[in-house]
Amino acid sequence: MELFTNQVLAGIATGAIYACMALAVVMIYQAIDHLNFAQGEMAMFSTFISWQLMQWGVPYWWSFLLTLAISFAGGILIERLLFKPLAKAPVLTNVAGFIALFAIVNSVAGLTWDFTIKQYPTPFGSSPFLGSQLISTHQVGMIGVTLLMLIGLYLFFQFTRIGLAMRAAAALPESARLVGVNTSWMIALGWGMASAIGAVAGILIAPVVFLEPNMMGGVLVYGFAAAVLGGLSSPLGAVMGGFLVGVFENLAGTYIPGVGNELKLPIALALIITVLVFKPAGLFGRAIVKRV
Amino acid sequence: MSVAAEDTVTEAPAVEAVPKRAMTLGTGTSLVILAALLVTPVFVKNFVVFQMTMVMIYGIAVLALNILTGGSGQFSLGQSAFYALGAYTSAVLMENANMNYALTLPIAGLVSFGAGYLFGKPALRLTGIYLALATFALAVAMPQLLKLHFLEHWTGGVQGLTVMKPDAPFGLPIGQDKWLYYFTLAISVAIYVGSVNLLRSRSGRAFMSIRDNEIAASAMGVDVAQYKTLAFGVSAGITGIAGGLSAIVVAFVAPDSYTINLAIALFLGMVVGGVGWLPGSFVGAAFIIFVPNIAESISKGLSGAVFGVLLFIVIFLVPHGARQVAIVAQQMLGKLKK
Repeated sequence: MELFTNQVLAGIATGAIYACMALAVVMIYQAIDHLNFAQGEMAMFSTFISWQLMQWGVPYWWSFLLTLAISFAGGILIERLLFKPLAKAPVLTNVAGFIALFAIVNSVAGLTWDFTIKQYPTPFGSSPFLGSQLISTHQVGMIGVTLLMLIGLYLFFQFTRIGLAMRAAAALPESARLVGVNTSWMIALGWGMASAIGAVAGILIAPVVFLEPNMMGGVLVYGFAAAVLGGLSSPLGAVMGGFLVGVFENLAGTYIPGVGNELKLPIALALIITVLVFKPAGLFGRAIVKRV
Repeated sequence: MSVAAEDTVTEAPAVEAVPKRAMTLGTGTSLVILAALLVTPVFVKNFVVFQMTMVMIYGIAVLALNILTGGSGQFSLGQSAFYALGAYTSAVLMENANMNYALTLPIAGLVSFGAGYLFGKPALRLTGIYLALATFALAVAMPQLLKLHFLEHWTGGVQGLTVMKPDAPFGLPIGQDKWLYYFTLAISVAIYVGSVNLLRSRSGRAFMSIRDNEIAASAMGVDVAQYKTLAFGVSAGITGIAGGLSAIVVAFVAPDSYTINLAIALFLGMVVGGVGWLPGSFVGAAFIIFVPNIAESISKGLSGAVFGVLLFIVIFLVPHGARQVAIVAQQMLGKLKK
């Protein structure tokens, strides 16, 4: 039982990373209706920007705020420059665009900051939380920030005019345009917000996985998986999905014989697919009903 | 904060409709290209011949994806898994059962067909992004499964397997590379012709009707589940043959050659070649083989960025891939004739 509780705790701690990333993934999915494969790389780049700012002597919280602003602007810029012209292109062409963006961002970060791993500071400290060795104050802080973001997003989408306009633009673009919503800018705004949320995720994750250009590779896969498991239409589902994936992955690694680190990912993915076969819209997602 | 109204009216399908006739090149053009391919190896170096062979092999794999996505409208990021399955089937049969290399290919195709067909069953319930994730999982799992300890006796574990490169038969006076080039060319042509005919057949029309409107297709009496799994099987089978060919030509298989990167490359090949346009598969294959090399030669440190920029340029200029170029060229030729 001791082992079980510990593994669940450790799973929640890693799950927080996935939850963060999944939240960013769902955010952009809501805005543009595609999964952005370059999301992880954009988050990594943002994290490097904040690291660079700190190297130049900017205090932690200032660099945090500056990075958020830069990421927000950067996200909008990427949308305006690269993806707005592709808005009418086929979906698969857009996906190819994400892959291209992935390659560019990864390569530029590698050249600018090279591939050696870097320490990244945490504002929460890394002492054990309440005497538990498995979960540190940083990880608790991470869970806290993720939940705060979730509540913030909920309030934004539910109670502000612009949040409502964004939802409308995503759900029924044509009707939204008819009532005067500038759908094109709503998409850009979605990119900006997703990029900023990604930056927060990157900054929170970096102290755990260390900072390097490929730090997001594994995390993004889990983030996608968590988002899909929870349901792409539900940010709450994405966060829950993140924790579930984290816990399950840990338990599978502990209790199923023969599952080393190598097979953790395939097993986690296999479970997610099994869930999807029974609940195709994810655990918390609303089934999309098509009227013909 | 769920999105409000979710009962949207039928939206445009993810893969745009490509009419049957627009899926191929004309007979004349095809024959000219075939003749050019037959003559080229005489004039170029062995390394170029090898690269062209690889283009054809990747072309077959991209073509298989094209049948699945462009034909039946299903999306897959798991093609690398079937490619690996085919490659390993060929390699293991050649190494452990001393089988003739040419005979291993149909078996590789059959094994992959079976795997694809079985995988298509549970995947039936998934569409779009969810199907992408499921196939992605398959691609991620495959290299790990090939490394499993209890398979090591056959698969060679992390080390992989080295196989013998076959010589030209009947004492033909050509080198190994050139022989394999013609061997691959023959198989490519056979698969290409077969695929074109498949898409023109009753089954092909069923695939396309599912792609364009699943509900309408089932109302017209198309067994949607059957044809969707069949498309998965056929696509996986052809990919398996491509994998088997690659094992013969490269003379080496290892788990890490078949990662998700391969699946992504095949996907890019399909987009660059034009989704649903079969000849484009080979153009796309050339793109994914040569462009990374070009990018590397332009800048070593920034090769990824250069590749990304080149890819962006291509999709900006021709969002519909090589198919668009072909259509424009055809129209210009038509004008010249007048």
